[in-house]
Amino acid sequence: MGRVKLLMPGPKEFSGEKRAIPHTQWALFWRKFRKIALAKVGAITLLMLGLCAVLAPYLGLPSITEMDLSQSATPPTWLHPLGTDSYGRDLLARLIYGARVSLSVGLSSVGLSMLAGIPLGLLAGYFRGKLDSILMRLMDAIFSFPPILLAIALVAILGPSAGTVVIALSVVYTPRFARVVRSSTLAESELEYVLSARAIGASHWRIMFIQVLPNVVGPITVQATVTFAYAIITEASLSFLGLGVQPPSPSWGLMLNEARMYIEDAPYYPIFPGLAIVIAVLAINLFGDGLRDALDPRQQRGE
Amino acid sequence: MIKARYVINRLLQIPISLLIISILVFFLIHLTPGDPVELALPPGASRELANQIRQQLGLDRPFHEQYTNWLFNAMKGDLGKSIQTGEKVNDMLIDRLPVTVTLATTATVISVVVSLVGVFAAIRFHRKTDYVIMLFSTIGISVPNFFAGILLIIFFGVFLRILPISGFVNPLKDPIEGMRHLVMPAISLGLLYAALHTRMVRSSMLDILNQDFIRTARAKGLREYQVILRHGLRNALLPIVTVVGMSYAYMLGGSIIIEQVFAIPGIGRLLIIAVTSRDFPVIQGVLLIVGITFLMINFLTDLLYGIIDPRIKY
Repeated sequence: MGRVKLLMPGPKEFSGEKRAIPHTQWALFWRKFRKIALAKVGAITLLMLGLCAVLAPYLGLPSITEMDLSQSATPPTWLHPLGTDSYGRDLLARLIYGARVSLSVGLSSVGLSMLAGIPLGLLAGYFRGKLDSILMRLMDAIFSFPPILLAIALVAILGPSAGTVVIALSVVYTPRFARVVRSSTLAESELEYVLSARAIGASHWRIMFIQVLPNVVGPITVQATVTFAYAIITEASLSFLGLGVQPPSPSWGLMLNEARMYIEDAPYYPIFPGLAIVIAVLAINLFGDGLRDALDPRQQRGE
Repeated sequence: MIKARYVINRLLQIPISLLIISILVFFLIHLTPGDPVELALPPGASRELANQIRQQLGLDRPFHEQYTNWLFNAMKGDLGKSIQTGEKVNDMLIDRLPVTVTLATTATVISVVVSLVGVFAAIRFHRKTDYVIMLFSTIGISVPNFFAGILLIIFFGVFLRILPISGFVNPLKDPIEGMRHLVMPAISLGLLYAALHTRMVRSSMLDILNQDFIRTARAKGLREYQVILRHGLRNALLPIVTVVGMSYAYMLGGSIIIEQVFAIPGIGRLLIIAVTSRDFPVIQGVLLIVGITFLMINFLTDLLYGIIDPRIKY
C-alpha cells in the first residue's frame, strides 16, 4: 500500500504549493532518512553511546582502576549490575568508559584517514595523468593487503598503544577515502560547473576544495560510517590480541581478552564486553545503511 | 576478451606492490627501538655474545645493505632464520601455512553455502523473509569474529561440551577429529563473509530478476523455480566469484585472530608471537608470503571475472 502511494502522488503532493517542498540537499536527505526505522534506531543508539562516552566521568560510576582481587569476576549483583572483571572492578563502569576508547580511536582514525585520503583523491581525480597513476598505485599497494595484517605490522614497528592503533588504522583506511573521492572527482570534473569555474579564472585549489569537494560529500559520508564500524572492530581485534590499547585502559577488545580466561567458570562475563562491541558496530551499520539509502538515489527503497 | 597486455601489466604490478610493502615494513621495523637480540638472549648474557649474534645475523650493517641482502635472498627463496629459535623461516612457514589455508578454505565454503539464502531474500524482495535475512546479515557484519568464536566456545564447548575448544587436527589424517576441531573456528571466520556474500547474492539476484530475459522466461511459461535457478541464479552468481576470491584473501588476515582464540598453530599465531618478540625475519617472511598469496588471488579473480563474463573488457 505504501508503495502505491509512492508511485502515485497523493492529493497532498499535488497541492504542494502551499506545503513547503524541501529543496535543499539536507532537507531532501532528511525526508528520506527519517522514513527508515532501523536507521533511526541506529542513530539513537549511537547518540546514547556518544553521550555515555562524553559524560562517563560525571555519571558517578565506581572507580575503573581500583582493584579488589577478593571480588574477582563476581556474577551480576545490585552493586555491580554486570558483575566485576578479573581484577574486581565494576564491569558496567568499565564498559561505559570503554565507549570512550572505542569511539575516540574509531573517530580519530576515520578523521585522520579522511584528512589524508580526501586531498589525495581530489588531486588524483582532478589532475589525472601521471600524478593519478602514481598516487593510486601507492594506494593500491596499501589496499592490496589485509588491513589487520598491515595494522599488526605497524604495531610491531611502533609498539602497542592507543596512539599506534590510530596511526595504523589511519594508514590502512586512507586508500578507501582516496579511491572513493577520486572516482567521484573524476565524474564531477567532467561537469559544466567545473568548466565554468575554470573559465572565470578560479584556481585549481579553489575548484577542488570549494567547488568539487561539497559535491562528493555523499559518498564520503557513506564511506566514513562503514570505515568507522570497521575501525571499531579492528581496534577491538588488535586490543584483543594484546597489540592495541594497553591495560589498565578499558578497551572492549582488551576486556574480552581478559574475560576469555573465565569462560569455564563465569561464561556471562565475556558476553558483556562482546555485546558492547556488537551494539556499537550494529548501531553504526544500521545508521550507515540508512545514510546510504537516503543519499544514493539509485538505491531507493521500495521504488 | 582479456588482452595479453592487460595480463602482463597486472602481473608486473604484483612485484611492485610487494616491493613497496616490503620496503615500508623493513625500514620501519629496523628504524624503531627494541632490540630483538636482547629479547632473545637470557638476561645477563655478555655484550660480546650479543654483538657476535648481531654480526652473524647481519644486524650490525647499514639498513639499506640489510634490506638488499634480505631481498636478494628472498628472491632466491631463502627468508632467513628466526632470531628467537634459529629455525629456518621457510620451514616455519611451510609447517603453518597449510593449517591457515585449511581454515580459510573451510570458512569460505561455509560462507558461500550460507550466502545462498540471499536468493530467497531477493525473491521475497521487501517482504518479511527479505527483512529478516537482511537483519541477520547486518548482525553478522557487526559481530567481530573473535566474539563469535567465544560465543561458540561458550555454547558448544562449555555448556554442551560436544566440541573441542582449541587445537588443530589435520582433517586429511583424521577426518572426524579434524572436522570437529575445524567447525567452530571456520564458522567464526566465515560469519562476516557469509553476511557480506548474502548481501551480494541478494543485490546481484535483484539486478538479474529485473532483466528482460527473466520476463521472457516467465512469459514462455517456465516454472518459477526454473526461472530462478536456471536463468536467474546462474547469472547472479557471476559477480559473486570475484567477491569470494577477495574474501578468501581477507580471511588469511582474519584467521590471525581466530587462530589466537582457538589456539590453532597457523601462520597468524606465528606472526603474533614474532611481533611480540620483534623477530624480524619471521615477521617479514609471514608478511611476504601472505602478501604474495593475497595479490595472486586478486590477480586470478580479476582474470576469472574476465573469462566468465565476456562483457568485461580490460
